[in-house]
Amino acid sequence: MNQEDIINKLPYSKPFLFVDNLIEISENGVLGNYTFKKNEFFYEGHFKENPITPGVILTETMAQIGLVCLGIFLLKDEISTQEIKPHVALTSNNIDFYLPILPNEAVTVTSEKVYFRFNKLKCNVKMTNSKNELVCRGTISGMIILK
Amino acid sequence: MTKEEIIIKLSTIVKPYIQNEEGFKNISEDTDFMNDLEINSANLVDIVLDVEDEFNIIIDNDSMDKMLTIKSVVEIIKEKQSSE
Repeated sequence: MNQEDIINKLPYSKPFLFVDNLIEISENGVLGNYTFKKNEFFYEGHFKENPITPGVILTETMAQIGLVCLGIFLLKDEISTQEIKPHVALTSNNIDFYLPILPNEAVTVTSEKVYFRFNKLKCNVKMTNSKNELVCRGTISGMIILK
Repeated sequence: MTKEEIIIKLSTIVKPYIQNEEGFKNISEDTDFMNDLEINSANLVDIVLDVEDEFNIIIDNDSMDKMLTIKSVVEIIKEKQSSE
């Protein structure tokens, strides 16, 4: 399963897909990126006349790249057939935020697996901006069930 | 380790994950994690990982499927510890 296959298996679509490319992926972690487009739907209201990417969206971006893409990779042998799809649920997260992300900014997400047991994936995740400055970091856990 | 000692240790492990306080007050051998304590499946994984550390055992998929009540966990712990 290559990186394009993984992105195609994601259970998201626009306007809620926050993965552009996966740069590296292995049993232990993943590195990927996303550029926030100028016209993302949430900029209209967050904030009034002052568009800044919401923290929940930064968390979502780290979860999509860091947990869901990695989870699909880890389960690649089971989901190589077309019929089986990954169903995901966020179960917990604990994130600290350091810098804002504005429209047109590119971010890179790094995720390291803490454990993947009994369909629960827990990762240490962090996001950096194009200057390689820390944007946010923490831990995210989720369940991945194949149906 | 006696059954009672195991149950005391299990109570400490499950406490952070329970949603039903009443069920936790009445914890016994017959307590069902999901029905009586309203522990979700994600937190059940956390409990299993804590049980592995606390009792120095490895829980495999077959054992995980059986870990539904305090009684079944006590049995699994005793069985794994005696086989080592």
